[in-house]
Amino acid sequence: MSAVIENHHDDHHHGPAKGLTRWLYTTNHKDIGTLYLWFSFAMFLIGGAMAMIIRAELFQPGMQIVEPEFYNQMITLHGLIMIFGGVMPAFVGLANWLVPMMIGAPDMALPRMNNLSFWILPFAFFILLSSLFMEGGAPNFGWTFYAPLSTTYAPPSVTFFIFSVHIMGASSIMGAINVIVTIMNMRAPGMDLMKMPLFVWSWLITAYLLIAVMPVLAGAVTMMLMDIHFGTSFFNAAGGGDPVLFQHIFWFFGHPEVYIMILPAFGIVSHIIETFSRKQLFGYSSMVWAMLSIAILSFVVWAHHMFTVGMPLAAELFFMWATMLIAVPTGVKVFNWIATMFRGSITFETPMLFACAFVVLFTLGGFSGLMLAITPADFQYHDTYFVVAHFHYVLVPGAIFSIMAAVYYWIPKWSGNMYDERLGKLHFWLSFIGVNVTFFPQHFIGLAGMPRRYPDYALQFADWNMVSTVGAFLFGISQVFFLFIVIKTVMGGKKATDQVWEGARGLEWTVASPAPYHTFGTPPKVD
Amino acid sequence: MNNKGKTSVKFLGMTVIAMFFFSFALVPLYNVFCEVTGINGKVFQSENSQEYTAEVGRDVAVQFISSNNERMPWVFKPSNEVMGVVTGKYYNATFYVKNTTNKTMTAQAVPSIAPSNAAAHLKKLECFCFEQQELAPGEEALLPVKFLISNELPNQIKNVILSYTIFDITDYNQENLAHLEMHTEKN
Ligand code: HEM
Ligand SMILES: [Cu+2]
Repeated sequence: MSAVIENHHDDHHHGPAKGLTRWLYTTNHKDIGTLYLWFSFAMFLIGGAMAMIIRAELFQPGMQIVEPEFYNQMITLHGLIMIFGGVMPAFVGLANWLVPMMIGAPDMALPRMNNLSFWILPFAFFILLSSLFMEGGAPNFGWTFYAPLSTTYAPPSVTFFIFSVHIMGASSIMGAINVIVTIMNMRAPGMDLMKMPLFVWSWLITAYLLIAVMPVLAGAVTMMLMDIHFGTSFFNAAGGGDPVLFQHIFWFFGHPEVYIMILPAFGIVSHIIETFSRKQLFGYSSMVWAMLSIAILSFVVWAHHMFTVGMPLAAELFFMWATMLIAVPTGVKVFNWIATMFRGSITFETPMLFACAFVVLFTLGGFSGLMLAITPADFQYHDTYFVVAHFHYVLVPGAIFSIMAAVYYWIPKWSGNMYDERLGKLHFWLSFIGVNVTFFPQHFIGLAGMPRRYPDYALQFADWNMVSTVGAFLFGISQVFFLFIVIKTVMGGKKATDQVWEGARGLEWTVASPAPYHTFGTPPKVD
Repeated sequence: MNNKGKTSVKFLGMTVIAMFFFSFALVPLYNVFCEVTGINGKVFQSENSQEYTAEVGRDVAVQFISSNNERMPWVFKPSNEVMGVVTGKYYNATFYVKNTTNKTMTAQAVPSIAPSNAAAHLKKLECFCFEQQELAPGEEALLPVKFLISNELPNQIKNVILSYTIFDITDYNQENLAHLEMHTEKN
């Protein structure tokens, strides 16, 4: 895709306001993108600290460091914070920075709503985290908050948890509406749907998923609220309700949610592989169709999380086959990435290293997913560390590696400075080794039968747990190192050129580095 | 923002609201689905007793199981643990309950049937689980259930388990119980 830019700079030259109020009142998509990214980084470190507590307790069998009640709170908050505070806001931040620049739009379509959707997030997480200091402690029922654990048996702080989930949901929904309206209405002339960069496509589909399932999550927590405070019995068997219904509603949201956390990653990785292979992406339109079919299929596979609740055989079979069907479009994408690299003149700068690790390790996570999709096998694997290994492989070297790749890839455009390539590579290798040492052994202990979500375990699982904890601390420390690299890059460094990467294509590389506060005041021409 | 943008915002906003209500619609949908397919071990009252008079039947063992919700101190157990029945005929069984506490309490029993594909074939004409039981301190009672197993019960099933869990619902006021009607599906 090539573009002709008439003037790089805007007609009105005003820059950002000064001081703190700049960030409070800003409606600029770049400012808001930055806010989202920093917020998610903070949440990533807080959620990571909780993971360190979990792994420290599991270093050896027996109870050493924390009380079991507190352990349960850590498990719950770690999951919620990483998903709703880490991965999702990071992708929204990237969308804010990149979508307008990639489609040649001056800003997001609804800038004020954009400001609101970011600024309610800190409140949601403040409420969630403050529940740690409430009577009865923080929520302790796991990120999946199954009823009746989260209703009849929940600590009093569950009401605050419900409130914070409502706020997070509102924020995501507003963000999604903004992305869709921007993409549908503000593309530069000549940019047809099938000429859109893949990151934009991936976010368009993700936003529709969000619109469809975040309200269902809101419905689920509202029903919980009513069961707890208003005497209804949606999930209470004594009153004629059904706890299994909760699981259906939750996973109707929950499975599309896992694709919300991976589709934008697909977009990012496609751009990076294309750039560093110095070739055009192989199979652009099949990439789009693959993402669309993954998104549609994600609505009919939810019960693979519930194979063991006692469903009729026909349902078990349906959900098994439907789940396995998703592997087909996913396979198409992996094939296309490899085909793009094939015979390319590849260089391995840090973003490309993360992208390659993504392809390999995400695929590995997909394979363990396929194993879990085999219904009879899942009766053995369900709720063991094998499931933990599966979803951490798709989420950490999947979603999170793609976010790190994106940061290294676009930070020269954002800050105007190149990051230190030596440090970036070091960060990559530490993370790569750390993630595998942490999560690969969890496959073994899972297959051997260690159940998830317990603070203690039987002696035969001791060795691999110790290995896993060592890996976790290595991974954790390398992310503090990442923070250092990011700050160092923002503060200074080698100046970046406008194109930054030799093979980079796309409108965002046609503006100056760092990207001016206002870009594309007059739309570029795309042909 | 142009008009096209406003239309999209409206459309998306409506979708959000529709999906929120859809999540609530899942509740009756789920119950209807369970009723039609007879899965999840849920049992529903049959409307017509004449419908199931049959000539030939076969022998099936019905096992009764009782359990107490952990917050329910009453004594609750079946009068007989197993009962030999012939399909297509009505039988009566009873469960014994006693309020062992020193306050008046209200109870609700929730039934479940195993194996799940037998659930659709167990028809209940009367069941104490269709009502609530209020017992004074120390009071005891025999709770009746009148049921039939239809001839269509799959052949490989020789043994049907009818289990009840009893819950303390004293603290639920009558207003709340109105909501309960929706769930116990008395059709
Ligand atoms: C080929 C693709 C995939 C297949 C076949 C698959 C299959 C499964 C199955 C069957 C389970 C349930 C296991 C159990 O609880 O017994 C599961 C759990 C899970 N999967 Fe996947 N999966 C795939 C991709 C993904 C992706 C891309 C993500 C996220 C980015 C993901 C995230 C999760 C999570 C978070 C859980 C665990 C939820 C929990 O119980 O806490 N999966 N997967
Ligand atoms: Cu799933």
